[in-house]
Amino acid sequence: MTSEPGLYHFLFISAALFFIGVFGFFTRRNLITMLMSIELILNSVNLNFIAFNKYVWPGKMDGLFFTLFVIAIAAAEAAVAIAIIINLYRSHRSIDVEIAEELKF
Amino acid sequence: MLNATYISLIPLLPFAGFLLLGLFGKDYFKRSAGLIGTILLLISTLLACYTAYGYFFDFGKLNGVYQKLIPLKITWLEFSPNVSIDMGIMLDPISVMMLVVVTFVSLMVHIYSLAYMKGEERFSTYYAFLGLFTFSMLGLVMSTNIFQMYIFWELVGVSSFLLIGFYYDKPRAVAACKKAFIVTRFADLGFLIGILVLSYYAGTLDFNTLIQKLSSPESNELKTAMAASFLGMSALTWGLVLVFIGGAGKSALFPLHVWLPDAMEGPTPVSALIHAATMVVAGVFLVARLFPIFALSAPQALSLVGYVGAISALIAAIIACTQTDIKRVLAYSTMSQIGYMIFALGVSGYAGEEGLGYTASMFHLFTHALFKALLFLGAGAVIHFVHSNEMKDMGGLRKFLPVTHITFLIACLAIAGVPPFAGFFSKEEILLAAYHHNSFVYWIALFTSGLTAFYMFRLYFTIFWNKEHHPHGEHHGEGGWAMMMPLVLLAIGAAFAGWIPFGHFVSADGNRLETPFHMAFSVAPVALGLLGIMIALWMYKKQNDKPEKLASTLNGLYKTAYHKFYIDEVYLFITKKVIFNLIGKPAAWFDKNVVDGLMNATGNTTTFISEKIKGFQSGKVQLYAMYFLVAAIGIACLFIYVWK
Repeated sequence: MTSEPGLYHFLFISAALFFIGVFGFFTRRNLITMLMSIELILNSVNLNFIAFNKYVWPGKMDGLFFTLFVIAIAAAEAAVAIAIIINLYRSHRSIDVEIAEELKF
Repeated sequence: MLNATYISLIPLLPFAGFLLLGLFGKDYFKRSAGLIGTILLLISTLLACYTAYGYFFDFGKLNGVYQKLIPLKITWLEFSPNVSIDMGIMLDPISVMMLVVVTFVSLMVHIYSLAYMKGEERFSTYYAFLGLFTFSMLGLVMSTNIFQMYIFWELVGVSSFLLIGFYYDKPRAVAACKKAFIVTRFADLGFLIGILVLSYYAGTLDFNTLIQKLSSPESNELKTAMAASFLGMSALTWGLVLVFIGGAGKSALFPLHVWLPDAMEGPTPVSALIHAATMVVAGVFLVARLFPIFALSAPQALSLVGYVGAISALIAAIIACTQTDIKRVLAYSTMSQIGYMIFALGVSGYAGEEGLGYTASMFHLFTHALFKALLFLGAGAVIHFVHSNEMKDMGGLRKFLPVTHITFLIACLAIAGVPPFAGFFSKEEILLAAYHHNSFVYWIALFTSGLTAFYMFRLYFTIFWNKEHHPHGEHHGEGGWAMMMPLVLLAIGAAFAGWIPFGHFVSADGNRLETPFHMAFSVAPVALGLLGIMIALWMYKKQNDKPEKLASTLNGLYKTAYHKFYIDEVYLFITKKVIFNLIGKPAAWFDKNVVDGLMNATGNTTTFISEKIKGFQSGKVQLYAMYFLVAAIGIACLFIYVWK
């Protein structure tokens, strides 16, 4: 067993991160925490991209650029999400996701 | 001088009047609408007369034969190089003659209406509609293309609908205008199919080419059209018969005449316009326009035209003897006279002396326009005076309405065929043409001319003589110059138009036709006419019980004629009992149960499904995420394990 980490290590960590994120997204009621969980999911995807780029197609840059895009979009998304959360707080005096369920049939 | 600009102004001026008064009349021209319409039409009339003068005496002839000139032709819709719908102007003897007749009668009606319709709430609308009516009819007679004619044909139908239903707050007027529109529309369906049949075989919609292709015996198109047969008649005959059905609807020929008497609900000047110059002569004009095809290629269709005309003439004359509403009597007399024109075409040949019927028919159309317009305008003056349409409310009016009395008498003499008034000459020619070609039609026509004299003088004596009239209440005169001038002008026309040597101008093949005049031949119809007048004089000059006695002697016949031979009832029976029950009701059932049922089923299914699944939209964001995740995993599994 070598100390050099391989592709599977990264994939394992990425999968672990992804499911932690999903678990957090489903179990937490606080919107901020849910947003953080989404960031975890996004980062697991980023990790996947980097790992595949490095081990499968080492000569190419596509995975790196995709990751950069994802980071940029994640930033924008965080801004929008926080704006929504602030508005929700103003109208409901709470950021509990269970409170905001008027939008239904 | 032939110039398309001023000729195209003839129909366009009334149309401009229609647009101007129709759009702005209510707001800006409430009082001056009549004057504007009349002046525009006056210019039109002058241009039409100028055109007619030019055509008949200057540029119309080539080697002594009148030509079909086309000063203007714009291709509007082109289906293929040969088949196109054109808008254009065709000048030939009949269209030029019609231009003069239509504009002149319409002008008289315009002037007359200035007084007659004064103070009407929708005065400007009335003049707008009159303009549209005149425009449509002028466009119809100048058509170069059978489809152009169809378009104007429908426009005539629409404008007559608008004018008959002018008093739209009277239920009877509304019913009458609907009836007129539906009956003529129904007939126009025949016209449309006829156009399609004819143009399919001729490969063109253009009148000149169409007539040329379908009337010259060598052309291939004619041979194919004659060879194709359906139910024992050639395709060509079918096409012409269908076209004639359209004409019969507009011209109110038996059995499509039912709308005409009801059309009397419109204002009286409109009746004059419909009956004298526009609408009803459209059918005669149509047959005359396609006459070479009828005469040269489809004698069967032509003889059908003849018989329909003769039957219409006779039936209408019999009914006219029993009616009591003066406008209805005049309406049936119109139908009868139109029948004359139609059977004159039906018994006519094409070339030379044989073509006498054609000339006679057009001549009668011309003279009839003058005296029938005069009769209606005179009747309008009478109605204006007594405020009633019923003959029993009139009588002894000769002292109160001297001008109307004299002009009405002239018109009656003209229509009865008393020499030397206009109707005598045209009717003699018609009878002569019938005598040479078809003795059955001739005897019907002869009998009808006696009847015509009788019922016209029944009308005349009942209105102006009979009992002494004591108008109570308001005392007004005959109406101003605007009502008298048209009467006088038309009376001059009705008295002297017969002296025009019509055959020199209008004949089937364009050649000069010397119309024969046989003194001996005229004895029988004139004697019959005078006899009719004598009987009318004897029965109606003084108030007495002879009419009632005669009516009760001929009880059955009288009642049948009074009820117009129950033709309306037959139509009602067919529509109400047969069509409504056998077609309408099943169709309604099908619509309610099958068509609506399908729609309802779709709606109900959607509602049902959405009721069942709406719980999914719970408003809980995390639940949505869960569905999403499960679905994503499911799709992933599908891709990995099932679709590989």
